[in-house]
Amino acid sequence: MYETVIGLEVHVELGTKTKIFCGCETEFGAPPNTHVCPVCMGSPGVLPVLNEQALRLGMKAAMALHCEVRKDSKFDRKNYFYPDSPKAYQISQYDEPIGEHGYIDIEVGGQVRRIGITRVHLEEDAGKLSHSVFGDASYVDFNRVGIPLIEIVSEPDIQTAEEARLYLEELKAIMQYCAVSECKMEEGSLRCDANISLRPIGQKELGTKTEIKNMNSFRHVERGLLFEQERQEAMLHRNEMIVQETRRFDESTMSTISMRSKEDAHDYRYFAEPDLPRIVVSDRFLAECLAEIPELPAQKRARFVQDYGLPDYDASVLTATRPLAEFFDETAKRVKDPKVASNWIMGDVLGYLKTTDATIETFAISSMRLAELIGLIENGTISTKIAKSVFKDMLETGKDAKILIEEQGLVQISDESALRAIAQKVIENNPKSVQDVVAGKDKAIGSLVGQMMKETKGKANPQVVNQILKELITG
Amino acid sequence: MLDFSQGIRKLHEALRSGTTTPEELLNQSIEQIEQKDGEIKAFLRVNDVTARDRLKGNAAASNSFSPKHLLDGIPYALKDNMCYEGIETTCASKILEGYIPPYTATVAQKLDDAGAILIGKANMDEFAMGSSTENSSYFPTKNPWQQDHVPGGSSGGSVAAVAAGMVPFALGSDTGGSIRQPAAFCGVVGLKPTYGRVSRYGLVAFASSLDQIGPITNSVEDAAIVLQAIAGADVHDATSAHVEVPDFTAKLTGDIRGLQVGVAPEFFADAMDEGVRQRVQEAVQVLKELGAEIKPISLPHISYAIAAYYLLAPAEASSNLARFDGVRYGYRSQNAQNLLAMYSKTRSEGFGKEVKRRILIGTYALSSGYYDAYYKRAQKMRTLIRQDFEQAFSQVDVIVSPTTPAPAFLLGEKTKDPVTMYMTDMCTIPINLAGLPAISVPCGLSQGMPVGLQIIGKMFDEQTILQVADAYEKTVDFAAVRTAHSKEAK
Repeated sequence: MYETVIGLEVHVELGTKTKIFCGCETEFGAPPNTHVCPVCMGSPGVLPVLNEQALRLGMKAAMALHCEVRKDSKFDRKNYFYPDSPKAYQISQYDEPIGEHGYIDIEVGGQVRRIGITRVHLEEDAGKLSHSVFGDASYVDFNRVGIPLIEIVSEPDIQTAEEARLYLEELKAIMQYCAVSECKMEEGSLRCDANISLRPIGQKELGTKTEIKNMNSFRHVERGLLFEQERQEAMLHRNEMIVQETRRFDESTMSTISMRSKEDAHDYRYFAEPDLPRIVVSDRFLAECLAEIPELPAQKRARFVQDYGLPDYDASVLTATRPLAEFFDETAKRVKDPKVASNWIMGDVLGYLKTTDATIETFAISSMRLAELIGLIENGTISTKIAKSVFKDMLETGKDAKILIEEQGLVQISDESALRAIAQKVIENNPKSVQDVVAGKDKAIGSLVGQMMKETKGKANPQVVNQILKELITG
Repeated sequence: MLDFSQGIRKLHEALRSGTTTPEELLNQSIEQIEQKDGEIKAFLRVNDVTARDRLKGNAAASNSFSPKHLLDGIPYALKDNMCYEGIETTCASKILEGYIPPYTATVAQKLDDAGAILIGKANMDEFAMGSSTENSSYFPTKNPWQQDHVPGGSSGGSVAAVAAGMVPFALGSDTGGSIRQPAAFCGVVGLKPTYGRVSRYGLVAFASSLDQIGPITNSVEDAAIVLQAIAGADVHDATSAHVEVPDFTAKLTGDIRGLQVGVAPEFFADAMDEGVRQRVQEAVQVLKELGAEIKPISLPHISYAIAAYYLLAPAEASSNLARFDGVRYGYRSQNAQNLLAMYSKTRSEGFGKEVKRRILIGTYALSSGYYDAYYKRAQKMRTLIRQDFEQAFSQVDVIVSPTTPAPAFLLGEKTKDPVTMYMTDMCTIPINLAGLPAISVPCGLSQGMPVGLQIIGKMFDEQTILQVADAYEKTVDFAAVRTAHSKEAK
């Protein structure tokens, strides 16, 4: 029997307006080589100057991942030749990263698992190469060169592919909550490489690992790791040696393919970047960073369960993104039963967003207006059923619930004397159903309620109707 | 004709009074270059057309010109490792042949703003690696004092242009002595400012933690004037220092009474030239007579400076020069069939021998398994050397030494043996390792060639070394020696 050991290396683009060492824009999707200048192009004689916002976001990320942060750190040069690197070195951090010894808690099968974070360091991104389909040329786009990144390296604490996905989901949520990054995997603002090895259960030393690259979604990470786990296990069962190598995830076959073996490993010849002074931050700077870290997903989940009495499932759905969590928070505060708010948001709101491919940030109904709608159910003005159609009308017309109810005359009839008169009429007109109810066929009352609703165009308060019918029939 | 060597202030006064015009100065510079540079070969390129255009752009109508700055209308030369937008910059290397920078170095921008006129790019050892300007990929420069001698290096072209009277001043860069050593060899003044005093933005890096730009001039006052124009913190250079820039001419009074001058025996190697030793001792005597107090000090670690320097500087260079790969600009080998071959052929064909030697040394020193033994130990030695100076400067205001252990040597004399060549920088290298300011002023002749006196100062105390150098210069009148020599040469 084997156990799986997984460690993840995640690159997250920091959401700065300009690059880490020059003033070029960081906007995604611009025409190739339009966001470049002599500095990021590595023209002879240029020098880097650190963008303070990149440092601030990096520091916030390290803090949100519970790292010990360095007040005094430095940049290093990582030397390598490749056309994606115009200076032939990447400015990175080697032996003094800004953050170390952090963790992320994830919940697996109702249990909290703590995944250690080895380090968080700042670095610059490289350019993007593309190769001619005819194989006769390669092109390089330097727009991405110098985009600020943090690399987050986990401890080999992850034991399953599912845990890897949960870790990434939580990491993404934390980064988004802190406004460190948008973490759009499809735009490459979050990238993940995975190291995986197997060892017999009980063995201390790690088995030979492989590294998987080119996974473009969390699902791919999970599938890639599952494939690799099975591949390695099968090899070990056949007594074959695992080769330490880098493997590429292939989307079309959902498998991994060997890219290069360890023999090609680089000697990066790291040394302290002489063009940048040490990164020394003040206590005040650190305090400011700390103050900018909001309530994180895990804390929010716990609070939603404890303060609002939500089930764990609801809490985790509603905290998936910070705007959604805030939308719920604002709605729940204004209604009597937060679970009702949760049902509305998880059902109607998220359903609508999914069908329209929209996000909560641009959702047409504010939390305050949704709370008003829920309030109208809670105070008996309208039924839940009517509320669903009001919700649709709110989306279509942009009008408030109260106005729509007034315009369409949807106020629920709860007045007993009015309903009693209608009930008398219904009973007289439906002797068969009344007999059935008397004979103990409970279902038959439904047909009478239906008649009541027909008479009142759905506005009768169903609870009051039920009560009156029972009274009149059974005395 | 105005003699450029009479000093920038005189030229400025002539411009102000209208006895000369910027055009006249520019024409004179161009004439001098035409007359002398066929032999001396100080310039890689003369940008006379650009210079004339700039002069027109300055709205300097010659009849109503009124200089707004001491350097307004003064022509100058830039060492070819400093960028000027639109003007070819090669670092005297084949690998950068035809390279036109898309931006201007901060120092050149500041000189532009002051109204100085760039006349051309000066020859140098390729990528500033060398001590004789013989490592230029284009041609060697000759020492104007005596043309069978080297002008020193690596700023040999800049220094020769000033020494031959082609420009009133030039900028050089100094990583291990590349301003001071050629200034000493050619009998002019060369100043390496404190690391961080002058922005390096636009200086093609050799060794980033050691490189500094500085002036090469005919007089100490000129050095102060030019430094004034180029000094100061720069938003484009994170290593430029946010310290106050004082008036560098303020202390040029000739009065050095009571100043403490340190002399360290470690600067006087056994093998040094006897003439140099005597000239420097005489100079110390002059300072004493001017009222300075001479104090013996010790700098026990500076004998290790060359060894440490030749690990640290190549290490940084190996990384700094990695970008010259043929991908984006400069030379690209046409003989390559794949990426790796393109890199290696481009670099093998594009770089000269000394540059390749240093890239290899530096790459080796940083390699895993060797880093601790070489790079890290050299860094420790650098710290010890810095501490030596800190210790010494707790007792004295300046330290004086020879700039070089011997005067200029013959062309070709040391090209076969790099280590002998490296030794010519033994007195200047420790100062770069410590990041201190130092100036070289002429202090007489040995074997008929000029000798340089090096005056080293505390961090950011260029004022005091200028003060001492100026007092010395005023007392000994090397200008007279120079005049006598040029008459003799004619």
